[in-house]
Amino acid sequence: MCDACGCAITGTVTIDARPVAASHTDHAVLTRLLADNDATAAHNRAHLDDHRVLAINLMSAPGSGKTALLEATIDLLGGEFRIGVIEGDLETENDAVRIRAKGVPAVQITTGTACHLDAHMVHEALHELDLDALDILFIENVGNLVCPAAFALGQHRNVTLLSVTEGDDKPAKYPVIFRASDLVLISKADLAPFIDDFDPTRAEAALRQIACPAALMTLSAKRKTGLTPWLDWIRNEAAAR
Amino acid sequence: MHELSICRGLLRQVQAIAGRAPVHRVTLRVGPLSGVDPGLLGRAWEVAAPGSALVIEAPPLRVRCRACGAETAATMDRLTCGACGDWHTDLLSGDELLLVAVELEEPAHV
Repeated sequence: MCDACGCAITGTVTIDARPVAASHTDHAVLTRLLADNDATAAHNRAHLDDHRVLAINLMSAPGSGKTALLEATIDLLGGEFRIGVIEGDLETENDAVRIRAKGVPAVQITTGTACHLDAHMVHEALHELDLDALDILFIENVGNLVCPAAFALGQHRNVTLLSVTEGDDKPAKYPVIFRASDLVLISKADLAPFIDDFDPTRAEAALRQIACPAALMTLSAKRKTGLTPWLDWIRNEAAAR
Repeated sequence: MHELSICRGLLRQVQAIAGRAPVHRVTLRVGPLSGVDPGLLGRAWEVAAPGSALVIEAPPLRVRCRACGAETAATMDRLTCGACGDWHTDLLSGDELLLVAVELEEPAHV
């Protein structure tokens, strides 16, 4: 709520010119700095909804296992849902190549220097996909726990991976991205026996300390263990579209 | 890293409002949970729009508790309810990333 006039900030521009000094005029504005990105994200979302495609934005630090999770998910859900993927990396098509090897369409966005995907990039990528031929679109964001959270893409849900090699206090260190997450996946659970200082209950406590209500699931894409709750979550979300 | 691109977007918004009138001051509200660093934004603004002052308001972190209804101050370390400790809270302020006002050099309207 705008505490000046009580209106809800919807992103529309309100201009109120009040004289401040004889030579200055103060225009009250109250628009989001990221209003352009928000508008493109809303456009993307409308496009996805028109085609009844569920869009899931996958985020994590680099190397937490996003692509491996997508490969395992495609293996197990590919018969039930038509899946497409938008990949985001600074350089290379490596991840898109891995996805395409599963027989799934993948568009690779190479950002060059941008540390996150934004709605404009995703908008361009959407035009490379046949949305009529998809039920679920995964957007694998650039590996980065800092920036992606601030940039809406038009996705329906945010899922953030946290691998057991990263430290269970990550939610405390990166509150913005974890608060934005609808689901947190503890990945690489197959390595847990070799890691003596990662405790999923501490990770969950850290999430609640930043008032994040997201469910936590522990899984291993490599060994295909613990995936059933993740797949069921996807099925529920897809049914809701 | 991307504070400069945010500044360029901000500059477009400001210029859409200002037209040809020189911009004297731009006021932003940037909360600690916005994902944007106010210091870096200020430095990027000096590059993007030298000559215009940038004022950045820092809104406090405040939450409302769904369990007890209290509205309390919070910190980046603790976004739970300051009254009862419950973690089911909604953020009242602290994640803003707003262009609040643009002050232009032009005659006052009478």
